[in-house]
Amino acid sequence: MTTILQPDDATIAGMSEPARSRATRRVRGLSDRAIAWLFVAPTIALLLAINIFPLVWMIRLSFTSLNLSMSYLPLRFVGLDNFRDILTDEDVWFRLQTTAQFVIWSVALQVVIGYGLALLINRQFRGHSFWTTIILLPMMLSPAVVGNFWTLLLQPQIGPFNYVISLFTGVPPSSFSMTGQVALAPWTIVIVDTWMWAPYVMLICLAGLRSIPDYIYEAAEVDRASPWRQFWSITLPMTVPFLMLAVLFRAIENFKMFDMVNLLTSGGPGSTTELVSITLKRAAFEKWRTGYSSALAIILFVTVFGAANIYVKALNKVKQR
Amino acid sequence: MRTFNCLGSSAAATVLGAALLGMFGGGEAAAQSKQLTLCWAAWDPANALVELGKDFTKQSGIEMKYEFVPWTSYADRFLNELNSHGKLCDLIIGDSQWIGGAAENKWYVKLNDFFDKEKISMDDFVPATVVGYSQWPKNSPNYWALPAMADAVGWTYRKDWFSRPEIQSAFKAKHGRDLAPPKTYDELKQIAEFFQGREIDGKKVYGAYIFTERGSEGITMGVTNALYNYGFSYDNPKKPYQMQGIVNSSDAAKGLEFYKELYKCCTAPGMTNAYMQEGLDAFKSGQVAMQMNWFAFFPGLYKDPNVGGDKIGFFVNPAGPNAHFTQLGGQGISVVATSDRKNDALAYIKWFAQPAVQQKWWQIGGYSALKAVVDAPDFPKSAAFAPQFLESMGIVKDFWAEPSYAQLLLDMQKRVHDYVVADKGTAQQALDLLVKDWTKVFKEQGKQVASQ
Repeated sequence: MTTILQPDDATIAGMSEPARSRATRRVRGLSDRAIAWLFVAPTIALLLAINIFPLVWMIRLSFTSLNLSMSYLPLRFVGLDNFRDILTDEDVWFRLQTTAQFVIWSVALQVVIGYGLALLINRQFRGHSFWTTIILLPMMLSPAVVGNFWTLLLQPQIGPFNYVISLFTGVPPSSFSMTGQVALAPWTIVIVDTWMWAPYVMLICLAGLRSIPDYIYEAAEVDRASPWRQFWSITLPMTVPFLMLAVLFRAIENFKMFDMVNLLTSGGPGSTTELVSITLKRAAFEKWRTGYSSALAIILFVTVFGAANIYVKALNKVKQR
Repeated sequence: MRTFNCLGSSAAATVLGAALLGMFGGGEAAAQSKQLTLCWAAWDPANALVELGKDFTKQSGIEMKYEFVPWTSYADRFLNELNSHGKLCDLIIGDSQWIGGAAENKWYVKLNDFFDKEKISMDDFVPATVVGYSQWPKNSPNYWALPAMADAVGWTYRKDWFSRPEIQSAFKAKHGRDLAPPKTYDELKQIAEFFQGREIDGKKVYGAYIFTERGSEGITMGVTNALYNYGFSYDNPKKPYQMQGIVNSSDAAKGLEFYKELYKCCTAPGMTNAYMQEGLDAFKSGQVAMQMNWFAFFPGLYKDPNVGGDKIGFFVNPAGPNAHFTQLGGQGISVVATSDRKNDALAYIKWFAQPAVQQKWWQIGGYSALKAVVDAPDFPKSAAFAPQFLESMGIVKDFWAEPSYAQLLLDMQKRVHDYVVADKGTAQQALDLLVKDWTKVFKEQGKQVASQ
């Protein structure tokens, strides 16, 4: 109990019981619960103002015809028309497929590379700290910087990337464009995303690897288990929850990936790398189709939220094993 | 009591602080009453406008503040500002396609009364710029902007390469005619093919640079130059919004096929998402023989120490088999309806419309649309690119300027880029899909769209 003022006992003694109780509360100041509310209230107010209110407003807008570039037109309630338009639009399904392919490939590569790096960094060797810092550098950069930086690296005539590929394959460097060819552009965004975020997966896996007690390995060695056997029977099973967590974080992030891909390819060539987040941005802030884009945002939110919930339940089951 | 005293002191300090902030805030507002913010794109002419604006400040005592945004985010940034009724800009040099939305949504102040009062006549300006930048509805006497920056798509070429005897003779041997700036799209392609992959001064060069950008408006602003000249129109002049058979006519499809052929045969590798800046870089680095770009950049290119002066030449967008047009660029200057300084902003427009100011505007790198400037007898000799600019302004055609232009533009960006760069489908399919997209947009806008 936090006491702000000490009451005068004689004054309180002279009052009736209810009056005394009220006076004590008033004089003694705020209760623990009130103080708790006082501390939580600003956060709740912010959450309501920044998250909940816009969400509710967006749900409302998703049932309207609002287009901000034609705000002089009367606002019409269109029911589920926006949702129907989206779910029956072939282009939106293509964009979802593109996004799913990007998420699956980039997360898979990040898990494999990140886990491999974590296994390497988990060993003690000379220059260990230096290499850890170097590996972590990409994830510390802003996606805007990464997008511009890779745009230059991948430039067919002056970018070093094509020259490196040319060294190994003998293909002339300016004969292909990583961001401009339909067959290569989707892989380009996967490669760049993996370059940037594999270190993040490495960090999570490293935490998992370091949480395995040494005595388990010591016992395995006593049982003459080979390093391979130790990996399959101890290391991998005990780090699976961490890997699953990394997959969850990266999948959610990549599902809403926008900035880096927008800078690298703008969704092109054509619509080859147009992720659903780019479609959403174009609908909301370039075409100004507010009602339609609100409905699309809700569909994406429900998709990610639903998938994440199913995944978290699976993760909990793995943890309980 | 100490706690309460502390709280009391804090509260008093906060109130006092707020009062002081209010005082300073008020002071700042008072100081800003003699300041105007002008919003535009960040490019060469904007620097010229800053120079020009110093004269306005000298005369009026009104400070000019500028908000320049790169072209790639120019529309997003300022349309968002206008949509949200922001007060960032007092004056805006908005793109020609915004005029419909700006007028219908009342983002701009209607200037008719002001023009009448100040005796500013739209007859004094180049007709294409009045229709393109000021009027809404088009061809009606309703003015929402003063033509500020006339612009169109034009071409630059390496005059020094074209004039080399060995190149000339090689071209003549191959094509049986002299190598000269192209007058038609067939000639353009022939020249581009001739230069493509040729070694000049020990360096491999490419035929042509054309717009292919996907994100904003690039490929549309490029492809329309070919489309118009092959017979494309936006709608039936006799039946507004009737696009079937017009937008996707077989001639229009041929124009689109031509643009793709030009892109495939004769551009530098990696130019899959390139617009103004990439074109300037390609030309300045001596990579291309011919470059499509906006006239606005030509003063800067002419001054370039490596490729400017005698080394650069200019030509008008070549004619096609069915017509001769070029894509209109440029912008008008408007007063933002939410501005608190409308009178000062109108004073700026009044000052800017003066012939002497317009003359200076042209001299320092802007493009005047005032007839007194461009129709002057010495105008064609005033700059190396002046004759081509003048000719181009007589054959301009603009994209839709409807309130829904952004949707129409993005649909075209998608369909054209899908076909030209991503090799998806045929030209006819791309245009058929475009008609479908545009029909949907116009129907949402409440327009009657006739199918035939």
